[in-house]
Amino acid sequence: MNAHPTLDTDDTRPAYNYAYLDEQTKRMIRRALLKAVAIPGYQVPFGSREMPLARGWGTGGIQVTAAIIGPADTLKVIDQGADDTTNAVSIRRFFERTADARTTEATGEATIIQTRHRIPEAPLSAGQIMVYQVPQPEPLRKLEPHEAETRKMHAWAEYGLMQVKLYENIARFGEVTTTYDYPVMVNGRYVMAPSPIPKFDNPKMHMSPALQLFGAGREKRIYALPPHTSVRSLDFDDHPFRIQSWSQPCGLCGASDSYLDEVITDDKGGRMFVCSDSHHCETRREAGHRGEMLGDAAALHLVEEIKP
Amino acid sequence: MTVHVSPPDAALDPAPLLSIARVSRFYGERIGCADVSFELWPGEVLGIVGESGSGKSTLLRCLAGIDRPDAGEVLFRGSGQPLDIYSVAEQERRRLMRTAWGIVHQNPRDGLRMDVSAGGNVGERLMDRGDRHYGQIRERALDWLARVEIAGERMDDRPRQFSGGMQQRLQIARVLVSEPKLVFMDEPTGGLDVSVQARLLDLLRVLVRDLGLAAIIVTHDLAVARLLTDRLMVMKDGHVVEQGLTDQVLDDPHHAYTQLLTSAVLSV
Ligand SMILES: Nc1ncnc2c1ncn2[C@@H]1O[C@H](COP(=O)(O)OP(=O)(O)OP(=O)(O)O)[C@@H](O)[C@H]1O
Ligand SMILES: [Mg+2]
Ligand SMILES: [Zn+2]
Repeated sequence: MNAHPTLDTDDTRPAYNYAYLDEQTKRMIRRALLKAVAIPGYQVPFGSREMPLARGWGTGGIQVTAAIIGPADTLKVIDQGADDTTNAVSIRRFFERTADARTTEATGEATIIQTRHRIPEAPLSAGQIMVYQVPQPEPLRKLEPHEAETRKMHAWAEYGLMQVKLYENIARFGEVTTTYDYPVMVNGRYVMAPSPIPKFDNPKMHMSPALQLFGAGREKRIYALPPHTSVRSLDFDDHPFRIQSWSQPCGLCGASDSYLDEVITDDKGGRMFVCSDSHHCETRREAGHRGEMLGDAAALHLVEEIKP
Repeated sequence: MTVHVSPPDAALDPAPLLSIARVSRFYGERIGCADVSFELWPGEVLGIVGESGSGKSTLLRCLAGIDRPDAGEVLFRGSGQPLDIYSVAEQERRRLMRTAWGIVHQNPRDGLRMDVSAGGNVGERLMDRGDRHYGQIRERALDWLARVEIAGERMDDRPRQFSGGMQQRLQIARVLVSEPKLVFMDEPTGGLDVSVQARLLDLLRVLVRDLGLAAIIVTHDLAVARLLTDRLMVMKDGHVVEQGLTDQVLDDPHHAYTQLLTSAVLSV
């Protein structure tokens, strides 16, 4: 990609339209989005387009973002919870180039947050839009391989089999062992795959004031959670859903209520737990929060020591 | 030919559970079953016998909601008005198949989830209807496993680790746990050793009697029919050639084909 996008229609036509997709495709995606918002948790088929990124890189999420982004938007892109991974950087750059988008790492400043793997720790607010990249939109697929059959199961809310899967887990391991893409019941009606976010993030979807959109490029499906929608993780009355917890707080910022990643610090088995939401962790450190390992980490140049 | 048989407890339950009228199903030019009519009363056990290819399984699949007949109707009377199971919405038919009746398949692989534990197999219908208490589901599954003589310690094993007889008994528990009024069985003892067959038959007899179940049992084994059924229907080339009380049909067969069938057994 070397042409810079422009809305000018003077003498040279731009190599591609604003935000890459042509207007007709955007309208098609927006229609699918409107339907998805009207039926929370229902998977709407859409005519997924080829994007100049390999599939599996979140082409579904990118198409959704391309269809809704405008010049006034500020975009944040998260991959593995971080803003600085290759994937996040290339998606951000894509929209900077094709949509003249302002970008940010600050959750509170973003109007659109495209994500893979995480929901930010900072609470979302009304007016913000989450865009999830979804590899497998069908929560029943592993249980029922036939599309015609899963469609009927959703149409008539035949979700007993999903519960059997949870039953099997508890019978074998004493608890439900699913930790990512943990299935949820939306608005008391549709079972939905929340995309590969940790189950830690599931409660953040419940009654969120933000609009949440899900795009699956390869599987050609879009679904949505309008603001203030009930989102319940499936469970049993006597085995209630529980999020992950850690025995120690974040080594860098001391947070005890965020999702932690294990980080290897040296080749002698040294390790520490740190916030997976890198922006959240930095914000806390800037505000003066210090974890027990912050000094060590700074000495190892894993982080810059922030002088409060 | 039509034989009218009074139901066992007609006074208590004055309407048939199933009313079958002129049911036919074809495979292209070939007849699967043709023009079958009969009624089944609550608590009654009906046998369908006939040689291989006579249309027994085809008919059973039509009655159980699996295959839509090309002609005729299947009326099921649950709690209210009789329903034509093929004119109700597919959603309703699927619900009936999961709750109001059950099917025990000849091949356990068609009736069980082979990669789900025995307990999960039995609990599925409870979860289908919305049960969400793990401990209670497990308790009921355990109870049903005991009733079909599967040891509680096998509860978390998968059916592929079970013998053929155990798999059949597991199928039965999986179906009966939701307390249906009606069970369809296609050769439930087929492919089992004689001693295993005898034990399964005993179990079926006790369950059917204790639960007051109505059942339709397809078999080519007249001894099984004699032991389990109140009434018998004899099929040949897709047609019902004779029906009546089991003992009457077996001891005093009218149709030449039935005479052949019964004498074939006697000569063994
Ligand atoms: N799927 C099918 N496609 C074509 N023909 C079929 C099919 N299933 C059954 N038939 C034919 O329909 C007729 C009745 O078959 P059906 O399986 O109902 O017999 P059956 O009495 O159950 O026999 P068996 O005792 O061997 O199980 C046979 O002529 C059979 O070849
Ligand atoms: Mg058969
Ligand atoms: Zn932190």
